[in-house]
Amino acid sequence: MIKDITLGQYIPGDSVLHRADPRTKMLSIVLYTAVVLTVNSYMGYTLVLLFTLLAVRISGIPFKYTLKGLKPVLFIAVFTAVINIFFTGGGTLLFQYAFIRISYEGLGATLRMIFRLSTLVIGASLLTFTTTPIRLTDGIENLMAPLKRIGVPIHEMAMMMTIALRFIPTLLEETEKIIKAQAARGADFDTGNFIKRAKSYMPVLIPLFVSAFRRADELAVAMEARCYRGGVGRTRLRQLEITRLDYGLAAVVLFFAAVIWLLEASAL
Amino acid sequence: MPIIVENLSYTYMKGSPFERAALRNINLKIDDGEYVGIIGHTGSGKSTLVQHFNGLLKPTSGRVVVNGMDTMSKNLRDLRRIVGIVFQYPEHQLFEETVYKDIAFGPLKMGLDEKETDTRVKEAISKVGLGEELLNKLPFELSGGQKRRVAIAGVLAMKPEILVLDEPIAGLDPGGRDELLGFITNLHKSMRVTVILVSHRMEDIARHTKRVIVMNRGMIEMDGKPAEVFRDVERLEEIGLSAPQITYLMRKLKAVMPEIRDDIYTVEEAKKEISKYIGHLL
Repeated sequence: MIKDITLGQYIPGDSVLHRADPRTKMLSIVLYTAVVLTVNSYMGYTLVLLFTLLAVRISGIPFKYTLKGLKPVLFIAVFTAVINIFFTGGGTLLFQYAFIRISYEGLGATLRMIFRLSTLVIGASLLTFTTTPIRLTDGIENLMAPLKRIGVPIHEMAMMMTIALRFIPTLLEETEKIIKAQAARGADFDTGNFIKRAKSYMPVLIPLFVSAFRRADELAVAMEARCYRGGVGRTRLRQLEITRLDYGLAAVVLFFAAVIWLLEASAL
Repeated sequence: MPIIVENLSYTYMKGSPFERAALRNINLKIDDGEYVGIIGHTGSGKSTLVQHFNGLLKPTSGRVVVNGMDTMSKNLRDLRRIVGIVFQYPEHQLFEETVYKDIAFGPLKMGLDEKETDTRVKEAISKVGLGEELLNKLPFELSGGQKRRVAIAGVLAMKPEILVLDEPIAGLDPGGRDELLGFITNLHKSMRVTVILVSHRMEDIARHTKRVIVMNRGMIEMDGKPAEVFRDVERLEEIGLSAPQITYLMRKLKAVMPEIRDDIYTVEEAKKEISKYIGHLL
């Protein structure tokens, strides 16, 4: 149940993608997203698919595990599929029964939609699979740094993100532990109607909040004890560094985007 | 009725890159009224094993049968009533507005009426050595030690026939530790409750339990009377454990006084042995 959420999880490894700078990876994902959202020819789709599969291959993450991340997408996919199929008006008729009317265009739009969603999720998962949360937020902070000049508290936001990401596994573990403890005392989480089930989670939520506050308190004290005083003048243990690997990766992604867009432009 | 574990294996996060075998082919039988200690290094599978006793975790392969009930079955209510588990830092699971309500949670979930629940709540709180005047307090107002006792009372109020305690003394001061283990041992003696105690502290295991199971890397490494297990200090040290400190003292004494016994695991025994030795010198 809880364990099925794969997006946002880091999987240790030593692939090219693991070693690349988070900034390179993030900018690559932005470009990749732009490509996925604009691609519109069969050739283009095939290339995107091949590129995505290649990236998964290079990352060394088991393919099956990457697919697991698509589970939550499935619901959205089915939902949009239904809407798209039924409500795309006009076009060549494929199938009709009473008010259900499936057109060639509607089906096409749906398949495109599912394709885009899935490739986007796989791409985004690859980013988090191959980047530790710390490096990810370091990268974000670095990329957003120009916004500091207009008074956006980038460091504080990045710190909050780091802390939030850091505590996701801890809180999940805690939740599971409390669920078990209450289940051992006869708590029942699966029967009854919605309201009854929601209520049955109170014995889990209350201790969870109490412990989250306790942890926050302890963390604040620990940070103060180590003289944390915000981002001004703060140095880092691990500096981000753009290496030849990053230039290579960026070149590949740029090349990929250029090919696709040229292809799309020539198809017009 | 006993706990029977047959060829039990358990794998965490099966099918993911984080897959990890936590238990490998465990075979075990625990009889009624036993007082068993489970020791092992962190990550040796102690906690995973005890969570199988009431069906919180289901075997990846093999089976666990308690009182004739297979833990794979759908209906776990009876099983959860028979096997009470006190988790590590149980005070973190308190949630009700009053101590009374928190202790009553289990009994009410079992379907007992209010009168019976009331009796059990009062019984449970006195069993853990707290006064009834605490019953109307907010659990969060209590001290750490009191909270832990309240949490344990919440499990005792369900009158389990088998009581599992996972590191019940972690984080308590020496006084609280002895008191807590004292009343658990009392419970075992007076009510014939089967007690399974998971702990890091060899001293406590040696002093209170009558059988020790040593876990190592998901397997049972040793299983026997405390005297049998703690005799093999070298083997224990090999897997990152140790014998009780007093045993080390007795071994050192034996090096200079060859007549003294060194198969001694509690301070009381050591006291007797040393007095005897001194008496024999005089």
